[in-house]
Amino acid sequence: MKVLVPVKRVIDYNVKVRVKADGSGVDLANVKMSMNPFDEIAVEEAIRLKEAGKAEEVVAVSIGVKQAQETLRTALAMGADRAILVVAADDVHTDIEPLAVAKILAKVVEEEQPGLVLAGKQAIDNDMNATGQMLSALLGWSQATFASDVDIEGDSAKVTREVDGGLQTISVKMPTIVTVDLRLNEPRYASLPNIMKAKKKPLDEKTAADYGVDVTPRLEIVKTDEPEARQAGEIVPDVDTLVAKLKEKGVV
Amino acid sequence: MHFALTEEQQMIADTTRAFVENELYPHEAEIERSGHLPMELIRELQAKAMAAGLYAANMPEAVGGAGLDSLSWLLYEKELGRANYALHWTCVARPSNILLAGTDEQKEKYLFPCIRGETWDCLAMTEPGAGSDLRGMKATARFDGGDFVLNGTKHFISHADIADFAIVFMATGEEETPRGPKKLITAFFVDKGTPGFTVRDGYRNVSHRGYTNSVLDFDDCRLPKSAVLGEVHKGFQVANDWLGATRLQVAATCLGRADRALSHAIAYAAERRQFGQQIGKFQGVSFKLADMAMELKAANLLTWDAAWKFDQGTVTEADMSMAKLKATEVLAMIADEAIQIHGGMGLMDELPLERIWRDARVERIWEGTSEIQRHIISRELLRAVGG
Repeated sequence: MKVLVPVKRVIDYNVKVRVKADGSGVDLANVKMSMNPFDEIAVEEAIRLKEAGKAEEVVAVSIGVKQAQETLRTALAMGADRAILVVAADDVHTDIEPLAVAKILAKVVEEEQPGLVLAGKQAIDNDMNATGQMLSALLGWSQATFASDVDIEGDSAKVTREVDGGLQTISVKMPTIVTVDLRLNEPRYASLPNIMKAKKKPLDEKTAADYGVDVTPRLEIVKTDEPEARQAGEIVPDVDTLVAKLKEKGVV
Repeated sequence: MHFALTEEQQMIADTTRAFVENELYPHEAEIERSGHLPMELIRELQAKAMAAGLYAANMPEAVGGAGLDSLSWLLYEKELGRANYALHWTCVARPSNILLAGTDEQKEKYLFPCIRGETWDCLAMTEPGAGSDLRGMKATARFDGGDFVLNGTKHFISHADIADFAIVFMATGEEETPRGPKKLITAFFVDKGTPGFTVRDGYRNVSHRGYTNSVLDFDDCRLPKSAVLGEVHKGFQVANDWLGATRLQVAATCLGRADRALSHAIAYAAERRQFGQQIGKFQGVSFKLADMAMELKAANLLTWDAAWKFDQGTVTEADMSMAKLKATEVLAMIADEAIQIHGGMGLMDELPLERIWRDARVERIWEGTSEIQRHIISRELLRAVGG
């Protein structure tokens, strides 16, 4: 089985984001970028499947600006076998919308014929949480979202999903699309020898046009705001004062 | 000129940084307070470092290392250098390059077990009466019936307590030179447990808590000729051939710690409010930050320049001395100013600043004092004009 893992280049989760002066989005100029953390979990799971003998090949794919090549190298350094870069934008501030990404991925799936697509449940930049589901609809494949456990047995996969109020276990037919949640695994460090090897692994470069997909944005961003600054707290001397204060504010 | 890191170099730095922050930082406070690194913790972290390919990554690929170019290696050293020294040195060990100078048998016995994390090495040169003036060493190895007999004392020997063997430099004779008689030095492998060789606790000191130094005593310690590293009387040559880059290693680890201290200072200047505004709005603070960042960048560039030249084979002694000198002095300045920006809080052990400040002190002394580095740099300048 071949596993396809889409990975997105996003602003590093440690970076304190700044909104651009015109409110059109977040400033990404000279900002540290990394692999979307959920995608890292997907890459890790794919590599584990390969190590367990359940997958033969792990292919990482990224759609975006040319610099997403760095993100793919990270996937290769973690252990993916090869990578496909689909250049679909020139400006780092251009975000390719989920539907366009899903359409391109559907074409890549057609070409690559993977038995499983392992994706992050969402990207931490815009939190759309849509690409996996859209890809499932486009391909007519089954889907299992928010996975915290994946167990593949022959023609089906048993997937535990993190849902409101608990865990739900479902069985889906292969081939399938699994979007992964935070607790599925802890991604490994890209080891130094693997970083050196990653350089020699194949990385194909394509464009959105190669797949005949129009990536023109369909959504309009009206405004981007900084989160409201938190008010300073107050230290109270004892529990009685705390209770009195809370009552005063009408919260208990 | 080309100043960008390659993708691999950036990934090496990122992986090492992630490892240091996730695996080493959480144990720092405990080591700082106890001054002791427990063996269970060493084994646990060692296993993780090996899985990440970080252990002994300074070594060539052929012997089980990562086969890094000098710049990549120093980027790795820089990230490791952020953390408590005992933690990164012991749990992510970088065996001395001098082990590569050994014969095949010596490599089998000493180098490979170090790379596999089974043993640790240590290097013994300094004596109570011979610091910067190494040729003034008193400890001797006398040739006697096919063996060498070692006598004398070495001190300030880092991590000799945990090491399984020492590479020891001993005076083995004297030669006449135009500038007077000069001692001939030979390097030896000495195993712990060799009769006549004892390791005792060294001194408690201000820098690098948990990273110990020891005193090594040799009392008619008899070694076979096969214990010689390199050739007899050629100890300095072996050291010069294999230990040249240790100055850059010191520089790189200092850059990591300086960067950590600076990050704390910047964050605090933006967060701390006094007199109704962020303290970073006061020039008294902001100009300090500007100078700290500029000096650190200069130190980085000097180090990367020397690293690059090292691989080109064009590095000079002065290049390496400049990098070491600048990085260690910049660390001292940044650690001091970072504390000044934090005020009283900078002195408390809740933050890593007080220990970065303490740890900075030794850096201007070991691997050649700042004065020795200045001597090396100026000597190169003057020799060119017949000085």
